[in-house]
Amino acid sequence: MKPATFTYHRASSVRDAVGLLSELAEEEPKLLAGGQSLVAMMNYRMARPGHLVDITHVPGLAGIRRSTGDDGRAILRIGALTTHRAVEKADLGPEFAVLSRAMRWVGHLPIRTRGTVGGSIAHADATAEWCLLAVLLDARIVAEGPAGRREIGAGEFFLGPFTTALEPDEVIVEIVFDRPAPRAALTEYADRRGDFAVVAAGADLDTGSVVLGGVATVPQLVRAAGTPDEIADALDLRDEPGVPAAYRRGLARTLVARARAEAAATTEEDSNG
Amino acid sequence: MTDVALVELHVNGERHDLAIPPRRTLADVLRHDLGLTGTHVGCEHGICGACTVLVDGAPARACLLFAIQVENAEIRTVESLADPDGGLSDLQQCFSEHHGLQCGFCTPGFLMLAEGYLAEEPEATREEIREVVASNLCRCTGYQTITDAIDDCASRRRAALQAALDTAPEPTAGSTA
Repeated sequence: MKPATFTYHRASSVRDAVGLLSELAEEEPKLLAGGQSLVAMMNYRMARPGHLVDITHVPGLAGIRRSTGDDGRAILRIGALTTHRAVEKADLGPEFAVLSRAMRWVGHLPIRTRGTVGGSIAHADATAEWCLLAVLLDARIVAEGPAGRREIGAGEFFLGPFTTALEPDEVIVEIVFDRPAPRAALTEYADRRGDFAVVAAGADLDTGSVVLGGVATVPQLVRAAGTPDEIADALDLRDEPGVPAAYRRGLARTLVARARAEAAATTEEDSNG
Repeated sequence: MTDVALVELHVNGERHDLAIPPRRTLADVLRHDLGLTGTHVGCEHGICGACTVLVDGAPARACLLFAIQVENAEIRTVESLADPDGGLSDLQQCFSEHHGLQCGFCTPGFLMLAEGYLAEEPEATREEIREVVASNLCRCTGYQTITDAIDDCASRRRAALQAALDTAPEPTAGSTA
């Protein structure tokens, strides 16, 4: 179908975008970044924003910056408009290569060339790879609003299905990964490659944490995670049409084991290579 | 309320000045405003890939972009592949030789997907090509012949490049590091 009528605004800066969101607050404005989820939802008319504030022409919002923290650890700052494809192709070093490797799970190539990291996190689909990675690696989301910038920990960011801690007049500026994860991996299962995952699992062997998508309305982080059986058995799952709870539980068990094995294999490759 | 916006689009090397509603997708603008009906529209929600075009060289779903978003970009559609006299491009020729199409509805999308991908990854393996081919839907071929066509095109381009390098004059001493 075709999207419903909206008024288009092209923001020239983040401040401009924040101003437009505040000014139009009563008329359901929506930010437009890569649009790979939003425009599909608008075509279905599941979303009918009265105003679209296009931030794709705002300079400086795309790009990956690597720096070194006070303690000598690598810090990665990914601009909100950075595409999945740009992350996939980037050399992020062994500390953050898990992010590049995980991108192959994000939709398909033509989606990854347009879809953005900030947009994916703001959209907050419970199985989205970026939401899972942010939670697993304790990333911080930097958002700018009328009062300036603030940082929100990924653990406090996702509140429910498509619901985040962002205020209606805030814009995500960048995502900060400041804990290197050389021994981490993300994997998932979908009926067809590129579809939304039925279950997704990520593991970081250094922290012992596991994250699961598709088992609740937000990414589920398990710190000091036990065996795959223990993790899967502790999940609160219900039978859903076409997806019995036992099937989802089985997937969680398998994918946690697989993510851990991939994370361990990655380390071996690096040390051999 | 803005009903119509002035939009400057660059498609296949030509500039177009259009007065269009902002809600018009790139796919619809290409077809209805510019008459470039080679770009097909299937699902209109980013799944089928029939509308795939190149935006600044990268394959993208034209149904998931508003034309007004891509004002400053170079757009390429399937119409840009063949010679002006109608001669097929090497990629199109490979699709023809390998029977990479039957009904042809999905073909423009697959061609632009492959055109963008091979430009970026000329060394792509058959496995990698298979994964990229999974981006779009084809209900006739079963995908094998599409993979064959793209794989063969990539091989021929590599061979042509190698031949060009082999016949190029030797660089003079001191010109290389």
